[in-house]
Amino acid sequence: MQSKTTGNGVRRNPPHPPYVRPMAGWWARNPFFVRYMVREVTAVAVWVYALVLSCGVLRLSQGEAAWNGWLSAMQSRASIVLHLVLLLGMVLHVHSWFEIMPKTMAPIIVGGERVSAQRIQRTGWTVAVVVTVAVLLLAVWSQS
Amino acid sequence: MKKRSNAPFFWLMFGAGGMLSALFGTALVLITGLATPLGIGLHSDFMAYPRVLAFAQNFIGKGFVFVVITLFAWHAAHRIFHSLHDVGIHNGTVAKLLCYGSAFVMTCVAAYSLLCIGF
Repeated sequence: MQSKTTGNGVRRNPPHPPYVRPMAGWWARNPFFVRYMVREVTAVAVWVYALVLSCGVLRLSQGEAAWNGWLSAMQSRASIVLHLVLLLGMVLHVHSWFEIMPKTMAPIIVGGERVSAQRIQRTGWTVAVVVTVAVLLLAVWSQS
Repeated sequence: MKKRSNAPFFWLMFGAGGMLSALFGTALVLITGLATPLGIGLHSDFMAYPRVLAFAQNFIGKGFVFVVITLFAWHAAHRIFHSLHDVGIHNGTVAKLLCYGSAFVMTCVAAYSLLCIGF
């Protein structure tokens, strides 16, 4: 490539091709952003589960045969694998949701002191475990 | 008068859905997706037609199913939409329509189905 000479005699190099910073997989280079991405991707699990339930409630409204079709689809190997992944997504969601809670909620002041981030997180995780166990026990109890 | 932003509505649905799914999501996936289909911990007829129908006809049961589906969907749609840019997808009007549209469709399906099921 040839250098150009401008009107006042100053030689300029030919324009460099514009540098485009590679962005693919940018989040994988920093553990902080990996955690961010994992947190965001749990939304896919929540979305898919909402879709599964939407199909279920639609089939339920179409009568017993339709509902039984949905039930047998839920028993398929693909569905079991999917729900194992969804379960992992939900558990990660529980963890990350309350992990960022101290930053997303308004500060709580008790006795003139701000409630610590750690206390908010631990309260959230505890409540989630209690509710999960309670719902599971309720399910077991309801069939006896 | 300045046009009001619609952001608070989406943010509210995101927050409410995030909290509801954090509290109930794990147990629900375990019950509907694993324990009942596999018959582990629960009978495999736990979700038999008459039982689930009765649950969906009950006022509280119906409300629970509706709130779970809609809030889960709006929470997820909002979060996915705002993450698109991070994975290199332009978060324009089309993406917005697809994301929030999916939540809207699930809301309509749930509302219509639950109304058809009756009280």
